[in-house]
Amino acid sequence: MRREIPLIITFVCGITMIVQFFIPHEPFGSMKSYFQQSYMIIAAFAMILGICNLTKLHVNKIRYKRPHWGYSIVLLAGLAGMTIPGLFVGAIKEGGIFDFLFKNVHVPMQSTMFSLLAFFVASASYRAFRARTLDAALLLVAGFIVMLGRAPIGDAMTSFLPEGGQMSDVANWIMAVPNTAGQRAIMMGAGLGVVATSLRVILGIERSYLGGD
Amino acid sequence: MLDSILEAVTFVSVRYKDTKEQRLLRRELHVIFGICARQRLGFNLSVIRIRALRVLLPVVVVVLVILGATTVFPVGSSSSNAPPRPPIGIALQDRPNDAGGAIEITWEASKDDSRGRGTVNSYSIYRSEQPQSGFVKIKTVSSGKEEYRYNDEEVENDKRYYYRVTAETSSDAFSDSGVVGPVTASPQWFHSDRWNMLIALLIVSASVLTFITLARKGKDLYIRPIAGLQAVDEAVGRATEMGRPVLYVPGILDMDDVQTIAGVAILGRVARKTAEYETSLLVPVSRSVVMSAAQETVKEAYWDMGKADAYHPDMVRYITDDQFGFAAGVDGIMLREKPATVFFQGAFYAESLILAETGHSIGAVQIAGTAMTSQLPFFVTACDYTLIGEELFAAGAYLTEDPRLVGSLKGQDVAKGLAIAFIVIGIILETAGYHWLTNFLKVN
Repeated sequence: MRREIPLIITFVCGITMIVQFFIPHEPFGSMKSYFQQSYMIIAAFAMILGICNLTKLHVNKIRYKRPHWGYSIVLLAGLAGMTIPGLFVGAIKEGGIFDFLFKNVHVPMQSTMFSLLAFFVASASYRAFRARTLDAALLLVAGFIVMLGRAPIGDAMTSFLPEGGQMSDVANWIMAVPNTAGQRAIMMGAGLGVVATSLRVILGIERSYLGGD
Repeated sequence: MLDSILEAVTFVSVRYKDTKEQRLLRRELHVIFGICARQRLGFNLSVIRIRALRVLLPVVVVVLVILGATTVFPVGSSSSNAPPRPPIGIALQDRPNDAGGAIEITWEASKDDSRGRGTVNSYSIYRSEQPQSGFVKIKTVSSGKEEYRYNDEEVENDKRYYYRVTAETSSDAFSDSGVVGPVTASPQWFHSDRWNMLIALLIVSASVLTFITLARKGKDLYIRPIAGLQAVDEAVGRATEMGRPVLYVPGILDMDDVQTIAGVAILGRVARKTAEYETSLLVPVSRSVVMSAAQETVKEAYWDMGKADAYHPDMVRYITDDQFGFAAGVDGIMLREKPATVFFQGAFYAESLILAETGHSIGAVQIAGTAMTSQLPFFVTACDYTLIGEELFAAGAYLTEDPRLVGSLKGQDVAKGLAIAFIVIGIILETAGYHWLTNFLKVN
């Protein structure tokens, strides 16, 4: 029964969600919002589990002086530093300690991580654009045209060409035709994959997410 | 600007006779503006410019007078207090494809609306259960559109309602459309715009179920080799040989996303391999619900492989819900633990390249899989193997070779073949000028 009950719940919920998509009449009409709200409540309680897991892991790391345990102190200090003001000292209202820490510590750190992307894009592009094979050479040429077409210098270099044949026009064509066609093909395949996976899960054929075959 | 004012003052003084006081005032203005203009522009007024202005200024004055007159007295209206012409074409209907409790009211703009440039300032909607009396204002809609639509969601099913719509000016003058109705709200048992979706769902489901049945009966079904999945054994084996852990990231979305479910399903297969090879497994997650599901999946996999002692709940660790906080946490784990093999299987956003490039920098074998088209180029560039779109969803079936799962893949392929056939037929029909197939397949 330990395996059967989750499978029955999955089946009932899955079929209900399919039915509510086609039948707007009550009680199906409001099922979607009901399930979404229920999921939000479960996720909120599960957050406690997540925080307990995180705390336990790092407390043990400090207690047994495992490698890099110093980072765990920083993590727990950060956790306490945000949680205590958020819960007990002025809550999350504007101008409070939590708000200050969020705007002046959390957001800049997020931006720092995001800005790393610029450097990673450069290093990844360097590797991708080495024309060792035909595919890589095509990628290099297409990337070169699109980059030039997106900058004013591209059109300046091809200003002698007639309208429609300039660098920005070619770049737009690459983005609108081959790129869009490829993306749509992937999306259609993925969409069918989602339907097939959902059917497998609803019918109990795919059970590995429950921990078994 | 100062130059223009000075020119205007000069012109007026020449053209019109004025009093002594006015002349004094003009002279003072002349001096002040003249100084300002000279200081700023560095030149004096020329006689030529003043003559040119004599011609231009009357034209400007006439234009201003006309504009002022049309603003005060709009074209098509005799006075701002006069009632505007009423809204036309009032139509009521039970809102289609809903659970009831709503009536849709549509109307066309009053002739005095002119998309907000006329005298009509707003429209008011009144509702009553009687045609003669009891009308209550339920909504005011500002003017400025060609057509108007409002959904009254405060009605009861199977009750008769009457409506009036009035066009109103800013000075509270109004005109009435007259009483329209009755109309009743009712719930529908089928969403009439979704027939195409139902047919598509039935075809795909029938195809999948047929091939599952065939596979169960022992029919041999071929699946094309997928390099990324063939490399799973080798990648886990490499980690074992190097004595380093395997890192598995099941995306950053929650369990309500199918990609995460697919990612957790693949985790079950990978966990069996790590249990079999007695290799350390690390699974950082960004959602608490995913943590619970992943813990259960890994635990069951270790139990099934008879390696319950090797399982530890800390293998699956919650980091944070925050996107870049999670990326920073996983990057830190990669740099400290130096995993030999990294799996990215699930839904990823901008953090994909941050993670994949860090994995590349530590020399790990990386196998990625996602259906997020915008992130696929990053994974293709930075990882050794990438499962593209549907391959992510096929991975579970591929790794287990369970006939039921393999059958579902073949069913999916047949559905894909049908989709391609519809696309080709649709292109031919559209080229020939027939649009019925395109219209039928439109998703509302």
